[in-house]
Amino acid sequence: MKPVSLFLGCIIPNRYPGIEKATKIVLDELDVDWADLKGASCCPAPGVFRSFDKTTWLTLAARNIVLSEQMNRDVLTICNGCFGSLTDANHELKNDPGLVKKINKHLAEVDMEYSGTSDVRHIIEFFYKDIGVDKIKEAVTHPLDIKAALHYGCHLIKPSKERDLGTVENPVFFDELLEATGAVSVEYEDKMACCGAGGGVRSALLDKSLEMSNAKLLHMAQAGVDCVINACPFCHLQLDFGQVEIKDKFGHEYNIPVLHYSQLLAIAMGHSPESVGLDLNFIKKQEFLDKLVG
Amino acid sequence: MRKEPANLLEDEGFSFLTCMQCGTCTGSCPSGRYTSLNTRRIVLSARRNKDVYHDDDLWMCTTCYQCQERCPRGIKIVDGILTLRAESVHLGVMLPAHRKVAELVMEKGHAVPINDANKANRKALGMNELPETVHKYPEALDQVKKLIKATGFDKLVEEAGEQE
Repeated sequence: MKPVSLFLGCIIPNRYPGIEKATKIVLDELDVDWADLKGASCCPAPGVFRSFDKTTWLTLAARNIVLSEQMNRDVLTICNGCFGSLTDANHELKNDPGLVKKINKHLAEVDMEYSGTSDVRHIIEFFYKDIGVDKIKEAVTHPLDIKAALHYGCHLIKPSKERDLGTVENPVFFDELLEATGAVSVEYEDKMACCGAGGGVRSALLDKSLEMSNAKLLHMAQAGVDCVINACPFCHLQLDFGQVEIKDKFGHEYNIPVLHYSQLLAIAMGHSPESVGLDLNFIKKQEFLDKLVG
Repeated sequence: MRKEPANLLEDEGFSFLTCMQCGTCTGSCPSGRYTSLNTRRIVLSARRNKDVYHDDDLWMCTTCYQCQERCPRGIKIVDGILTLRAESVHLGVMLPAHRKVAELVMEKGHAVPINDANKANRKALGMNELPETVHKYPEALDQVKKLIKATGFDKLVEEAGEQE
């Protein structure tokens, strides 16, 4: 297993810091050789940067990757958006020497050079491939008796040609990791559907993006789940704060707590919900907290 | 003069011309259920060189990639839409909300920068108030700003702002 640098992105450190803390806790518990990726910026956000100017997107993404190359570590992301942006950029650069030359001309302005020696990982596929479900199960000391709606999110698995994670219609690897905590992964309608936030839609067309989230939340509620589990802070924000917005705009109330997988795993390892920031979520439910620590 | 949509997509390796208009993309589109986005029509309009650059629907795609995954012709539809978007931005089309996100990254290095409430939340969790990102390292933020100038992104955003 190659050592990794932890790429935080924007939403986790600046809006849901409990996810950052939980991630560091579980990486330590699993003896992963990780280090901070000091000085990293926004990935940059694909909905805006890749949509505006490909060269700028690739240059800023390459800078983040080079920081990790300089540490001789792979980049570990904890957000589908960061993963999509950085792994797609890395993929394009690794397969196009002409493009690397062009981007390196810009990077030279800050004395940097992209060499293509680091891979970009997502914590979920990293856990599945490099740690393994069995080792995660062994690390769980407080198995959870809950029913969860798993939300894969889009860019963890798609575009699939650049991912090597199998089927996108009915994947199971994340469900296996979820169930390693003791939780039951409940089937629900349109489970693989998008949360509605990506591509710049949340920022420019909030109501439309919330209609998509509302459909997801309705299907989750119909399946009678205790919580939503994700591995992307943008989906997390859309499904957590989105419930407040949906109640306000459309009058529907779901009250389903939302957790990043790192938070759930830390709790299953015996850490308290407060210590990984569950009380910083917009949706708070005492009944669920009681069930978690029950 | 910018390239016509069909030429641009062909030059970038997107085989929109092989589309048989089956509509699998539109049927798979989560946004299309709630917005006017009709992916099949965008593909058709682009290959017929209609002015998709000024088509609002381009910005309704959440980039979920479901259409691209299911396309029986293997057309990289979403990557193509992103290419069309970038061309459109270079023609001066930029939604104000997106311009704000771009400006945040240009100024702070983060699309969602830290605020006082979350500095306090970090502290309460026993963490440093600032994460180990450009927020904590001014010289790293300077690098980001230099690169944004080097690629001309600052001018691109500025010019689109003037056109609004």
